[in-house]
Amino acid sequence: MNTAHTVAVAHAPVSAAAGAILPGVRWALARDIRLALRSRAELAVQLLFYVIVVSLFPLATTPERTLLATMGPGVLWVAALLASLLSLPRLFAADYADGTLEQIALSPYPLESLVSGKVLAHWLTTGLPVVVLAPLLGIQYSMDAESLVVLSLALLLGTPVLSLLGAIGAALTLGLRAGSSLLALLILPLYVPVLIFGAGAVDAARAGLGVAANISLLGAGLLIAIVGAPFAAAAAVRIALD
Amino acid sequence: MLEAHDLAARRGHARLFEGLNFAVEAGHALVVTGANGTGKTTLLRMLAGLSLPDAGEIRWDRKPVAPFDPVVRASIAFAGHAPALKDELTAEENLTALLALAGEMASPEAIGRALDTVALGSRRALPARVLSQGQRRRIGLARLSLLARPLWILDEPVTALDAAGTTMLAEMVAAHLERGGLAVAATHAPLGLPAQRTRSITLQ
Repeated sequence: MNTAHTVAVAHAPVSAAAGAILPGVRWALARDIRLALRSRAELAVQLLFYVIVVSLFPLATTPERTLLATMGPGVLWVAALLASLLSLPRLFAADYADGTLEQIALSPYPLESLVSGKVLAHWLTTGLPVVVLAPLLGIQYSMDAESLVVLSLALLLGTPVLSLLGAIGAALTLGLRAGSSLLALLILPLYVPVLIFGAGAVDAARAGLGVAANISLLGAGLLIAIVGAPFAAAAAVRIALD
Repeated sequence: MLEAHDLAARRGHARLFEGLNFAVEAGHALVVTGANGTGKTTLLRMLAGLSLPDAGEIRWDRKPVAPFDPVVRASIAFAGHAPALKDELTAEENLTALLALAGEMASPEAIGRALDTVALGSRRALPARVLSQGQRRRIGLARLSLLARPLWILDEPVTALDAAGTTMLAEMVAAHLERGGLAVAATHAPLGLPAQRTRSITLQ
């Protein structure tokens, strides 16, 4: 009977894909990066938004150097938060709308690994450019070299947390009307610790204090988010599909 | 074998169906018909493991399965309402990505052949956004033909397909049943499946 053959075929992918975390991460990462590169205009808009928001403050407030240097880290961090928020609604919504999310949830690869790949792609396309641009933009605020280095390091540790936490919010608000405004309300309070420790690290550097405490806390937050967020986001995706 | 025991579904307070029982054996197809809003898609999503039944049980290979069961995920090919295509990617890239997502690596030649079979060979390098609805459906057919999965779950598979496409689908499902596969399809239009291998239920 053909059934035996079919059953053997049926079970082959289970053994091949069971616990296969890396292929899932790789699939989602490669696909989302490719999609992002196909719509480069969108990426450019997000980055320009970041650059413009940061550049508005010196124009709107004061050209006074000390004041700008005090404000700088906070402004750069808030702008990074907003830039992250700008791109988050699309993290799952596009896949949800065209049916890809169902196929993702039904893939033999663990949903958590696919979600992780998507989050990593989101950070590489929106978070990393922010980190790279920050030192350039920091010059507008006459921040000194040491502050700029600390700022970059803090953003490097903090922006992945923004993507990871944001993924939970993006998955929770899937399919809701006014989902993206709700996402902002839901996620911005969760970003507060990242903002405090991130901007605090730069302040500590400017005051000549050690930055180790703030940076360590950001790193710890990142580790917790890496471990926890993919599970929470995957659970939220499953709920959204039900 | 796919079995449903006393399956019930509701959306909000409205009861879609309850006490639904059926069994689909290897080599057979189940065609689900019924007016709009009677729960065809809901039933298919339950069978695919995307939704939790409000009551009752689904068994696959005689074992009860929960939503997102890994065994079910590795056994089904689900073709939902939306064709799961990315406008930015070409037909070929879409197909490759969907197969890779299902954990199956197909060679570029196999993908080219499958696209030729569904008469999209000359369109393989076009972005999906310029393809017609019927052509997008045909990419889904090519995907089904390349996925070695015993259970096909097809939601309105002939929507937007022309006569040739509908015949193609019927032949593919018939061949799949011949190999000992199973299929569950929700449809309004007749699918032209072999009668002796097909059962149908109507949701009310």
